[in-house]
Amino acid sequence: MKKMTTALTAGVLTLAPLAVMAQDSSDPIVIPIHNWSSQIVMSNVVGQILEGAGNNVEYVTTDSQAVYESVRTGDVTMELEVWEGAFGASFRAAMEKGGIVDVGDHNAVTREDWWYPMWTKDACPGLPDWEALNACAAVFATPETGGKGRYLDGPVDWLKHGQERVAALDMDFTVINAGSAAALWAEIGAAEADKKPIVVFNWTPNFAEAVWPGEFVEFPAWEEGCDKDPAVGPNPDALYDCGNPATGYLKKAAWDGMEAKWPAAYATLEAISFTNPQIAEMAKLVDIDEMEPEEAAEVWLEANPDVWGSWVN
Amino acid sequence: MVAIPAVTRDPMTRNRTAVWLLGVAVVMTVLQYSGVLPAWLHRIPDAMIPPFAIWLDAFFNFVKDDLGLLKFTRFLTAGLENVLDTSGNIFYGKRRWPNLGPIPWTAIAAVAAVIGYYLGGWRLALLAGGTFVWTALIGQWKIAMETMSVVVVAAPLAFVIGLSLGIAAWKYTWVDKAMKPVLSVLQTLPFFTYLLPAVIFFKVGPTAGAVATTIYAIPPMILMTTLGLQKVSPEVVEAGKMSGCSKFQMLRHVYIPSARTEILVGVNQVIMLCLAMVVLTAFIGMPGLGAKLLAMMGSFKLGRSFEIGVTIVLLAVTLDRMSKAWVVKQPEHFEKGTSWVNRHKTLVLAVAVFIGFILLAQVLPIASEIGRGQDFSKGKELDNLIKGFLAIDLVQSITYGIRYFLNVWILNPFRDFMLSIPIPAMIMVVVAFSVWLGGKREGVIAAIFFGLVALSGWWDRSMITLYSVLAAVSIAMLIGIPIGILAARSDRWSRRVLLACDTAQTFPSFIYLIPAIMLFGITATAVVGSILIFAMVPLTRYTIEGLRTVPPEMTEAADMAGATRMQKLVNVELPLALPTMAVGFNQAIMFAFFMVIIAAFIGTQDLGQELQRTLAGTDLGKNFVLGICVSLMALTFDLVIMKWAADKKKALGLP
Repeated sequence: MKKMTTALTAGVLTLAPLAVMAQDSSDPIVIPIHNWSSQIVMSNVVGQILEGAGNNVEYVTTDSQAVYESVRTGDVTMELEVWEGAFGASFRAAMEKGGIVDVGDHNAVTREDWWYPMWTKDACPGLPDWEALNACAAVFATPETGGKGRYLDGPVDWLKHGQERVAALDMDFTVINAGSAAALWAEIGAAEADKKPIVVFNWTPNFAEAVWPGEFVEFPAWEEGCDKDPAVGPNPDALYDCGNPATGYLKKAAWDGMEAKWPAAYATLEAISFTNPQIAEMAKLVDIDEMEPEEAAEVWLEANPDVWGSWVN
Repeated sequence: MVAIPAVTRDPMTRNRTAVWLLGVAVVMTVLQYSGVLPAWLHRIPDAMIPPFAIWLDAFFNFVKDDLGLLKFTRFLTAGLENVLDTSGNIFYGKRRWPNLGPIPWTAIAAVAAVIGYYLGGWRLALLAGGTFVWTALIGQWKIAMETMSVVVVAAPLAFVIGLSLGIAAWKYTWVDKAMKPVLSVLQTLPFFTYLLPAVIFFKVGPTAGAVATTIYAIPPMILMTTLGLQKVSPEVVEAGKMSGCSKFQMLRHVYIPSARTEILVGVNQVIMLCLAMVVLTAFIGMPGLGAKLLAMMGSFKLGRSFEIGVTIVLLAVTLDRMSKAWVVKQPEHFEKGTSWVNRHKTLVLAVAVFIGFILLAQVLPIASEIGRGQDFSKGKELDNLIKGFLAIDLVQSITYGIRYFLNVWILNPFRDFMLSIPIPAMIMVVVAFSVWLGGKREGVIAAIFFGLVALSGWWDRSMITLYSVLAAVSIAMLIGIPIGILAARSDRWSRRVLLACDTAQTFPSFIYLIPAIMLFGITATAVVGSILIFAMVPLTRYTIEGLRTVPPEMTEAADMAGATRMQKLVNVELPLALPTMAVGFNQAIMFAFFMVIIAAFIGTQDLGQELQRTLAGTDLGKNFVLGICVSLMALTFDLVIMKWAADKKKALGLP
């Protein structure tokens, strides 16, 4: 008799998750898409995994900073790439307001900062030191920037604070914002032909490191509070007078109503974890192999069943 | 005899005031350069700038949360979302009710051709059908339908709201009076200013895009409705009253049919604006042609950008020609006793081909959908072709030469000079210009408007915006006006160039970025280049129109006096054409203000960049302040130039 109860209990317990899984709402899970490739492909990969599990998925293109407000209100269900350096501030602000939950980290280390391809070192041998970079600012000048060097920053909506850093460290650079991540690659590609020196915004994990070997510029090291307290960092009167964190996190976030509404999908989201090389690979499929994002996602899923198989259950 | 000195004296004192203001401005600037001008006269100290953005934020938050506007708009959002989902399902198969779509591309193309034939014969049928066939074959069907599914919701919405408001403005003078200034501001407000409130109040995604598009397209509909209703002749109204119409019957059967032409012109403008704007809502995540174009342009894939550009242009031209044909087409009247089928031939035919192609699509998958890899897109090849062309040393040295010359010798010095002028001096220059061209009233308004810009705390960025506009329009004048003058010499060329201008004006503004980026890459020169191309169109067009409408007596008199061609042009034709050309100049400036903000995505340093940055947050206050800065500057030019043109026309006795 007792045995039977145990068996029953065990049975109920094993079946319980199944029963919960069946309760996933049929409303579409809304996944946001931004303007850099790894995020777009990763979103499609996760979307296709969830679709395979029977969920209804929709994609919406949003701004990568404003998205945290949308996640908070439930307009968007999740965010798959929360980069510490870029979106840490927006993410923390949204957490304070409530409505958004931290669903854990990817197994990846991120860094984003000023970056140059190796050939730039020939023209400016003192690199990667930022003061050396500043000393050869004239090498980076274009007709539009006059005597100052040009630093090609990410799209304005990434809020990279390049402008502020140039001012805080009194650098001889003009910050130009690229229209999209792809514009950055186009510029590096164009510079490669003549081995023109160039300094742009870049990040890791990214496919770019495999195509164009390069290095990050070493700014004064990141200290906690550099973006909030002027006293932190070398310039006592300015914010943003240090580099970005060199070992940042990459998180997943979700609307706090997601767990109740789509429990199974939420469990999958919790299990998901991509590594640096996997993320770089996904970006490469689009940026180098010129696939459409959904196509790239299919290709990636097909090639890596052992990676994602365990996430769905 | 008394009137004449009064008229002549006024411009004299006006000129004197203008010269005075200009003099003080020059002295101040010289003092600034010699370093003796106190800093607070050069730029307003930060401490003295009122925190408009914070006040506005507080106000918006109050309206949004405390008054519950957000709840109300979110309620509307839900309704709108259902409508958009339905049209999304029908056009591109979004998985929503009624789960019928997507309609096969062949069916849509065939129906478009039938409607085209009904409105304008074979040529229009070919254009309409051809556009959709091209879209499908080039592999852009789905994104094009994503765009169209929003246009078919936004355009009717804008039409209904615009028509109602237009009727209200015509009926009640106070509505008209209250609405006029709002409409002027709305029409000069940069589009980016519409986007952020749309996202906050109407949810990120297609709903926000549809709302922003609708609101942007309403003003011309209001203006055209009021214009049409005001022109209804008293005889028609009398006839209506005599037949004992009620108030509503008067409106429905007398006024609106009589104002048909103006209302349909309004419809044409609504459709064109909707298409142009819906493409731009890509900036807030609207999927479709705009999003793809934005992505392709951003990654410098010019061949693919070009293909999408062709699709957008074809759609624009088709919609424009069809709606214009509708304006011209008079309602048909049938003999009594004509059968229903005969009276509704087009409808029957359209339904027949529609059903026919849907049935065909069931057996022939290619007639339903052109899959990945089945299209005829040559985008990648074109990409490489254009890249190869731009990599030719000669081409590179030419574009680099232009960039170098323009930036180092003209643009950068001009910009630095504008930034070096002290704020009061710059305001005085603008006021002097307004007093000289417009009059005292315009001078006062200019002072207030630019004063507000100075107080906004965004003066430097406003000046960079103004500098881009002025630089680009000046260069556009150097190219556009001579083209107009040359074309105006012969009837045939006038017609051709006017047709080209007409067509170019139907292109959504986004398109103008493509050639600029092709030549100059993602640089500030490309920004000026795109504004230049966009602003050249009205300049050329109104130059031709101005010159062609010079009364023949005048030119004959000049011929008889033995004037050479050049003398005739400079002394007779151009002065008479000038008021019309001023209208073109004004339009060019308005276009430039519009374009310079959009061009932010290539990387500008002006108000547009800040505006685009606000899209990344929830700073409604800042967003609004920036938008108003653009609007105030544009309105000043609009007021002054239009006043001058009207005065001049009156003085010359031109219509």
